[in-house]
Parts: sequence; C-alpha cells; structure tokens
Amino acid sequence: MSAAEIQSAPIGIELRLIAEMVAAESRILDIGCGDGELLKYLTAHKRVDGRGIELDPAQVARAVAHGLSVIQGDADTDLKDFPDRAFDYVILSQTLPALRRPREVLEHLLRIGRHAIVSIPNLAYWRLRWRLMTRGRVPMTRVFRDPWYSTPIIHPCSIEDFLSLCGDLGIRVERSEVLTRDGRQSRFAASGAWANLFGELAVFLLARR
Amino acid sequence: MDRESPRGPAFPVADAVASLGRERKLRLDCGVELGPYAVGYQTYGRLAPDRNNAILICHALTGDQYVATDHPITGKPGWWIDMIGPGRPLDTDRYFVICANVLGGCMGSTGPKDIDPATGKPWGLSFPVITIGDMVRAQAMLLDHLGIDQLFCVIGGSMGGMQVLQWASAYPARVFAAICIAASARHSAQNIAFNEVGRQAIMADPEWRGGDYHSHGVKPAAGLAVARMAAHITYLSEAALHRKFGRNLQDRDQLSFGFEADFQVESYLRHQGSSFVERFDANSYLYITRAMDYFDLAAEHGGVLANAFKDTRTRYCIVSFTSDWLFPTRESKELVRALNGVAANVSFVEIETDKGHDAFLLDEPQFEATIRGFLAGAAEHRGLGR
Repeated sequence: MSAAEIQSAPIGIELRLIAEMVAAESRILDIGCGDGELLKYLTAHKRVDGRGIELDPAQVARAVAHGLSVIQGDADTDLKDFPDRAFDYVILSQTLPALRRPREVLEHLLRIGRHAIVSIPNLAYWRLRWRLMTRGRVPMTRVFRDPWYSTPIIHPCSIEDFLSLCGDLGIRVERSEVLTRDGRQSRFAASGAWANLFGELAVFLLARR
Repeated sequence: MDRESPRGPAFPVADAVASLGRERKLRLDCGVELGPYAVGYQTYGRLAPDRNNAILICHALTGDQYVATDHPITGKPGWWIDMIGPGRPLDTDRYFVICANVLGGCMGSTGPKDIDPATGKPWGLSFPVITIGDMVRAQAMLLDHLGIDQLFCVIGGSMGGMQVLQWASAYPARVFAAICIAASARHSAQNIAFNEVGRQAIMADPEWRGGDYHSHGVKPAAGLAVARMAAHITYLSEAALHRKFGRNLQDRDQLSFGFEADFQVESYLRHQGSSFVERFDANSYLYITRAMDYFDLAAEHGGVLANAFKDTRTRYCIVSFTSDWLFPTRESKELVRALNGVAANVSFVEIETDKGHDAFLLDEPQFEATIRGFLAGAAEHRGLGR
C-alpha cells in the first residue's frame, strides 16, 4: 500500500481521538482491529510499530494483505500469551462490552501495555434511558446498532460503571473524552453525572496506578 | 548459467549444483561429518547490488528446486509457478528467489542414491540420518557460497514451513521475514504414524533389497507408489475428495466385482503413485520423512517453544488452512502463541478452504493476497525499492 492510500483512508472521530492519545513511534497492539483501519492510520501518521488481533478471519486476511501485522485471535483467550509490558499502548475500541470476560481482559490490557486506550458505548446515554422508559423496549441507536437477540454487546455498561471497575482494579484514568451525538467532543469531563447522561461514547487513556 | 528462451519463463533463471563442505564439512545432528556434498538449486530474478532482496523457498517432502520451471523428469510446470514471476507475489522483478533441493533429496543434492566416496558404491542405508536442522545448515552454506548474508524472506509450506522455523530460530540475524505455511513446530504422532506407513510400504517391497536396490539395478516402485498413495490422501480433505470424485466409476458403467480401479478415486491415487516413482527415490523418501518425524523445535529449547524465538527481530507470517488435517490450524496457533510470548512481530491468517493441506499449492486468491501483502509490508520495512 502506498503512503497516499494510507493517508486517504477515512477515519472516524472516535479513532482520531484514540490516535491523538498515542505517542509517535510507540509500540501498539490494537485488539479487535478489524481490517486494520486504525493501524494503517497510526502507521502513516504516528509511525508506530503496530500489531493487531482480530477474530474474523476474512478481516485478518484483508489486514495482512495490506501489509499490517495482524493475527487471528480471540481477546478473551489469547491475551495471556503476551509478556508484560510488551507494548506502549494496547487499544480496545468498542470491543470491551462484546467480550465474555471484560474484567479479566481489562487487567490484561494494563499488564501487556504501559497504557491502555479503551472506548465504550455508554448504556446510560440519555436517549437510551428515554427510549427504554417511554417505549419499554430495548433501545437501538447508532452505537447500539443491533436488536437484543443479535447484539454483540453482551456486557453493556455505563461510563460510571466502567470508571467504578477501573477504581476496583487500581487503574488510573489519565485522560478521557466523551462524544455526544453528532460525534462532537463534549465539554464535560468524562467523569461525572453529566457525561454519563449526555455522552454516547467515551474514550479513556488508562494506566496502572 | 542463465538460460532465457522465448518459450521459457519471463525472468532470468539459473539452474546449478554447488559443491559445498570442501574446506569445512557439514556437521550433522547425528554426529557424522559430511563433505564434500552437493546442493542442487535454482534461482529466479536478479540479486540486488547490496544483496538484500533474496527470498529462499524451502520445499516440502516430495518437492524440489523446480519451483517455476518445467520439471526435468516429468516435464510438468513448476510446483509454485503461479506464485513466482513478474507481478506475482514472489515478484522476480523485485526479489531474487532461490530454492535448493534438500539434503537427502534426489534432485541434485547429496542423498542416499549418490555414491559414497568412501566405498565407491551408492550410500543406500549407510547414508547418515539427516534432520531439518541439517537441511537448513546445508542451505546456510549455500547462501555463504552465493555471498548472501541475510535473506529478505524465507518461505515454505509443510516440511518447508518446518525449515522456515528452523531458519528463524537457528539464524535469527540472517532472516528478515519468515512465512510459515501449513506447518508445525513439531511433527505430531499422527503424522509420524502416516510416515511410518509409507516407510513400511517401501521396505516391504522385495525390490527394496534392504535399501541396496541401486546396486541391483532395480527399484521398489510398488512400495514407493503405495507410500505416495497413502500420503496423498492426507494432503486432501474428505470434502475435496467428495467434490472431485464422489463415488463416480472409472471408465465403466457398473461395478466390476473385482479389484480393478472401479472408482475414479482409486484410479486417481494409482496414477499419483505410479507417476511419483518416476521422479523420486525410495530411500530419499525414507530419509526425508524421518527428518520430519524428528523435528521438534521446542525440545531443542528446553521444552519451551517460545525459547526458540527469544529476542527474535524477524517479521513472521503464519498461515493455516481450515480443512488441513495433516497440519491443523491448532498447531499454527501454538506457534503464534509462542511468538506472542516473545512479543514477536507476527501475522497469522487461517484461510477458509476445503482443499486440505495441499491448498498452499493450489489457486487460493485469499492466500495469494496474504503472501503478496505480507511481503509488500516487509519490503517497505526493509527499505527495498520497487
């Protein structure tokens, strides 16, 4: 792939926020990297030494065919194979609530990486609350895309839930960004009731305390 | 010697035999010192002035160095012709591609059918037992002979994949990138068992003559054919056999109520067996299958596979196929686990196919795209020009 192709790759605001948190020329592991969109972007713009893990074989093949270092694997089972502090950043974009053991995975992220960057869809987002209250049905939005019977989000959580788990695990939040609807960055810090109500998605830069 | 004919391949080809181990003998794992010895090889494309664009292909059990040119005995096209050439994944406009016949083979490298200089007679079973490590040491001496310090990439499937792992483990500084396809870091009990069936078929043939058939001017064709037939089944999959043959009858409308090749699948296997004996030496088959059986990379490193790759800087690409039951994905995953354990730069792809172990030799677009992309990415990191 040429540099021009890499640079023209479109990248969403969430991925751009993640990219902002990554220091240039660092070692990163992107878990649930799909076909490697973020890895491509980070390689081109931050000159990182990037690796990826992806469950779907077809997406892995596409990523490797683009020259990226990606392995087919399962975040729930395969992270234990990595040594401590193998990476500067371990990235988990919107994948945590889709895992069978999110708590164990979160611990692994901060064992393998000096930092972890985790984004989560916020179950306590006000539109979700409102729809559940007024309609009495499991709400669907752009972030919670699928109906209850086929959603990959088997462990949904709110921003407050996530922060509370981080507290329990001795994980420090170094930086947080909240995205409101329309993908705008919120002015509210991602801790607190306002963020938990108005944030649709949150991105956290984490480290061990 | 270059030979470029209008009917030949569209890239420079060299077909040669190197005589090695004259000053410094090859010390084999079994303790024997071998030398001088021959290594038959072919090269495609041109070595760059700074000698950084070499790709070594390691062939499988019954493969040879005729990767991209017609086979001198069978006349059939090279076994990986679709992968090599201008614009192909192993692009001869960009890379210098080398493939050497393995030590113990029968296509130009020293093996049991050659004359033992000590006795003036064919080695036969007095040829020393060789290992995957020995094969790789012989290849490393060939590279010394060619003046190549570091390979841009070493690539191989099946037993070729074992050699790739051995290369990366034994010569980490000489391997920039490694592609291990449909292979394993150790031969499984089931695979040793299949190899033993093949060896017993050969040795049960009276014409084998205790391995000394060359002196008697005969060969154990029937035994070697049966060995090939049994092995060939393991290279396919139930689904592929069913798709290709089903229960279709061969040249007849009804069952013969005898033991002719009633079924197409029988006829196919008999053909595989009889054409194989034309080009392959039975004793080589014994020796090379033995080398595969002995391969266990973890055992050489205190039982911990990750130790075989400690401090590795090589970029790895591991490929497996869903329907491969000879070297199943599970074994590739074990390898990936070990490489992750040392935080190696590794890609791993399992290709969806029903073609079984032999899928790496067949037209699989996703496989081809994977190899092409991995090499392109590695070339960028190596700073190879286009």
